[in-house]
Amino acid sequence: MPHHDVLVIGAGLAGMRAALAAAEGGAMVGIISKVHPVRSHSNSAQGGINAALNPEDSWESHAFDTVKGSDYLGDQDAIEIMCKEAPEEILHLEHLGTTFHRNDQGKLGTRAFGGASAARTYYVADITGQAILHVLYEQLMKHEEVHRYEEFFVTALVQDDSGHVAGAITRNLRDGAMELFNAKQVILATGGNGQIYNPTTNALVCTGDGIALAYRIGAPLMDMEMVQYHPTTLAGNGLLITEGARGEGAHLYNAEGERFMENYAPNKMELASRDVVSRAEQTEIEEGRGFDDGTVHLDITKVPRKRIHEALREIVMIARDFAGVDITRDPVPIKPGNHYVMGGIKTDTDGLTPLSGLYAAGETACVSVHGGNRLGANSLLDTLIFGRRAGARAAREAKAMVMPSVSRAQLGHEESAIEAIVGRERSGRRISELHAELGRIMDRNVAVFRDEDGLNEALEVVKRLQEEAKTVATDDKGTIFNQDVLSAIELGFMLDNAEAIVMGAIERKESRGAQYRTDFPERNDDDWLRHITVTQSGSDGDLPELAYSEVTLTQWQPEARSY
Amino acid sequence: MSAFDLKVRRYDPESGESAYWHDMRVELGPERSVLDAILKFKADTDNSLGIRCSCQAAICGSCGVRINGQSRLACNTQLGEASEELRSSDGTIVVEPMGNMPVLKDLIVDMDAVHWKKIQRVVPWLLPEGEPPEREYIVPGEAMIDITQSMACIHCGACVSACLSMEVDPEFIGPAALAKAYRFVGDPRDSQTEERLRDLAEDPHGIYDCTHCFACIEVCPKDVAPMSQIMRLRRRATGDYGIKDSNNGYGHEKAFVDIVGKYGTLHESQLLPRSFADGSLIKSQVRPDSLKQLAEGLPAALNGLRSGKVSPVKAIWHKKLPDQDQVRRIYHEVESRGERIELNLYIVGDDAEDTEVGPDGGADEPAMADAAEVDTTAGSTEEEGAGVQ
Repeated sequence: MPHHDVLVIGAGLAGMRAALAAAEGGAMVGIISKVHPVRSHSNSAQGGINAALNPEDSWESHAFDTVKGSDYLGDQDAIEIMCKEAPEEILHLEHLGTTFHRNDQGKLGTRAFGGASAARTYYVADITGQAILHVLYEQLMKHEEVHRYEEFFVTALVQDDSGHVAGAITRNLRDGAMELFNAKQVILATGGNGQIYNPTTNALVCTGDGIALAYRIGAPLMDMEMVQYHPTTLAGNGLLITEGARGEGAHLYNAEGERFMENYAPNKMELASRDVVSRAEQTEIEEGRGFDDGTVHLDITKVPRKRIHEALREIVMIARDFAGVDITRDPVPIKPGNHYVMGGIKTDTDGLTPLSGLYAAGETACVSVHGGNRLGANSLLDTLIFGRRAGARAAREAKAMVMPSVSRAQLGHEESAIEAIVGRERSGRRISELHAELGRIMDRNVAVFRDEDGLNEALEVVKRLQEEAKTVATDDKGTIFNQDVLSAIELGFMLDNAEAIVMGAIERKESRGAQYRTDFPERNDDDWLRHITVTQSGSDGDLPELAYSEVTLTQWQPEARSY
Repeated sequence: MSAFDLKVRRYDPESGESAYWHDMRVELGPERSVLDAILKFKADTDNSLGIRCSCQAAICGSCGVRINGQSRLACNTQLGEASEELRSSDGTIVVEPMGNMPVLKDLIVDMDAVHWKKIQRVVPWLLPEGEPPEREYIVPGEAMIDITQSMACIHCGACVSACLSMEVDPEFIGPAALAKAYRFVGDPRDSQTEERLRDLAEDPHGIYDCTHCFACIEVCPKDVAPMSQIMRLRRRATGDYGIKDSNNGYGHEKAFVDIVGKYGTLHESQLLPRSFADGSLIKSQVRPDSLKQLAEGLPAALNGLRSGKVSPVKAIWHKKLPDQDQVRRIYHEVESRGERIELNLYIVGDDAEDTEVGPDGGADEPAMADAAEVDTTAGSTEEEGAGVQ
């Protein structure tokens, strides 16, 4: 039985940063990922990473922008920590070898991003996430003492008799072998859950595994209704066009040739926060001013060609390969699309969840620094700051304890569960059909505009799919790279995520950040300036329990929000 | 909606059977990708078909396969294009696992055993001198943009799969890992530039093991141009550090350049002896440690004679190219430049704007292709002289 002081599940930016910090803290670390770490979805973060590093800028300004962007639902103590520690983290990444863009003096250079009052986004062309992900993986290759379990999947978390989270049940995808991993501290960093929506900018691996794993053992999920729709995704397939394009000067136009952001955010225009721009686009489209294919146009042609190649190369390729558009010459049709979940497993500012021994970081977690709406280029920062803090704290805690004892009974249980799936004869719909129905209902009823009827319908569908998911069968009956059985388990995870999102959205009877209720179109600070947590009830089939917790305010009182 | 026929190479290691072809027909638009077709087949018909995939946007690098014999990403290869290619004259799209790596199941290959082992070989992390500065390292912006081209590698393995040298010498460090090596050699923050270059030059499976076939440049879905990075490593090794490696890569390059400079074309019979004598037959003598290698080269020379490529007369009397002066002028032009000009896909040369000028403004040609052309031609003019083997 493998055992580690600190076991990290997920190897994107948050997971790798946590693993490196824990190792630096003297812990014996294991890191598990269902894909090779460089395949992680952190890759897709194109635009950059925010930090108030310039002497003229200040962490307070960055923090206020983040608070305002969050529509005042972010916890200000956590936001302060993130913004204060951001400059040091950028420098750390630079020292490790990240090839950040330089200015004329050879110093770090910035670009503008949405919702920000200063140009404080540091970047590597438009492959910032990829560049940092690869640099962290370089460090993992360097630090061989961190044990990597690549292409291992976690089916369940394990607790000891006292309820302390003490390990995980894993399946090696290469040979199907299942194993109980024992750990003193466990960090979940499995990213987001965009695959419950269709279309989405999220990769196929983003199935909310960590969120569901924690939910299933009773960890509270917070603000799950806050699901971000990114303003610029390709119409056909949901692929992302970075906010960096607007940061470089691209404009949005409706079918009447009008730069419509003038009517919604006259000051910041295209660089208002994402919920504002997405709602504006959706309004244009629904009121008949969009193009026939249900899009508006993003026009990058004003940006000098040389600059496009230097700074937006990936977008040139994506638009060329996936939309057949040369962005240096023609506008590209875009629309809002599912992108990011602000909610997640409730944690403190060290990433610790209310469950002993369990941490979460990155998109899996809700600290909460993003509140109702995440600012562009704050997600990479979130993964790194709170990944590091979780890793460091877990290493400290691990030092002060002995390895908790775990029973092998759960391993047998998980093995039987997988055998049952693989051994089952097909009696109903295929996994893909259930997944597709989930994606459709979420994108239709739990998207930019929501109302009670639509949300109730979505909940019904989710509950029905949950029942149906218990009977799915697989085509693959083997053990080596059985991706089919993996998708059966992921489907269950996604449905748990969807349940929590819809429950939160029904509960929050106001409009704040990404949650816009057409039946409650105003923000209501008196009743709803608070977090909603969703906790799975003990008994199968029952709806989860809802609870509230206060939003931490430090120096910024809620104000009306305009851009 | 149109229908596409796919022929997919499958292998189930648990069945005891050998690999086989699976024919499938998928209804999708021609603008959709080969990966879309495979995913649709998995969703509708048989989810036991193994393929790694995730982002569907050519960023994660998971879905490297061979399509119609060409290594590439399934997610950015369009069905319409793939079915029209020559090698599948009946329109059937042939999908196979990548080459040069063991197949684990269906389209899934063992990247760890080959690709990642080679990446690990080049010491793939920054090795700066001493403690880091209080703020960032101050470095030229161009240097960062320059190495960002190799940072753009997504480790899909397409170049490894297509590498002809690796097919012959599985120990060859290979295009992806050497491009990764350039990422550190070209990084002004790294303190081990010379050590890295010496290591890669001395390794018999290192930078001089590349045969300059362009396959990796052709297949790379991110335009990393691995071979160009290998040539940059050679130029740095020879030009900046004068590393005379025991593989004689240095001598061979120098001999090649000198001979072409003198005659305008390659004087084949002089190449071998000059290669082992630091480029000059007269000034220096064959180095003792080169004798064995020279002896090993003799069969190649005999082959040349047999095939008529080299005749005894030509071997002695090699005609100079008419207008040899033009060749000299090219040499002079290149040599008189104060510094090497390294264009890449992030740095578009001024020429790129010129290539657009035309009646239609080159509108049907994607801008990236312009840039790619500038890169390869600019790169290879220098490279042809420097390192063809």
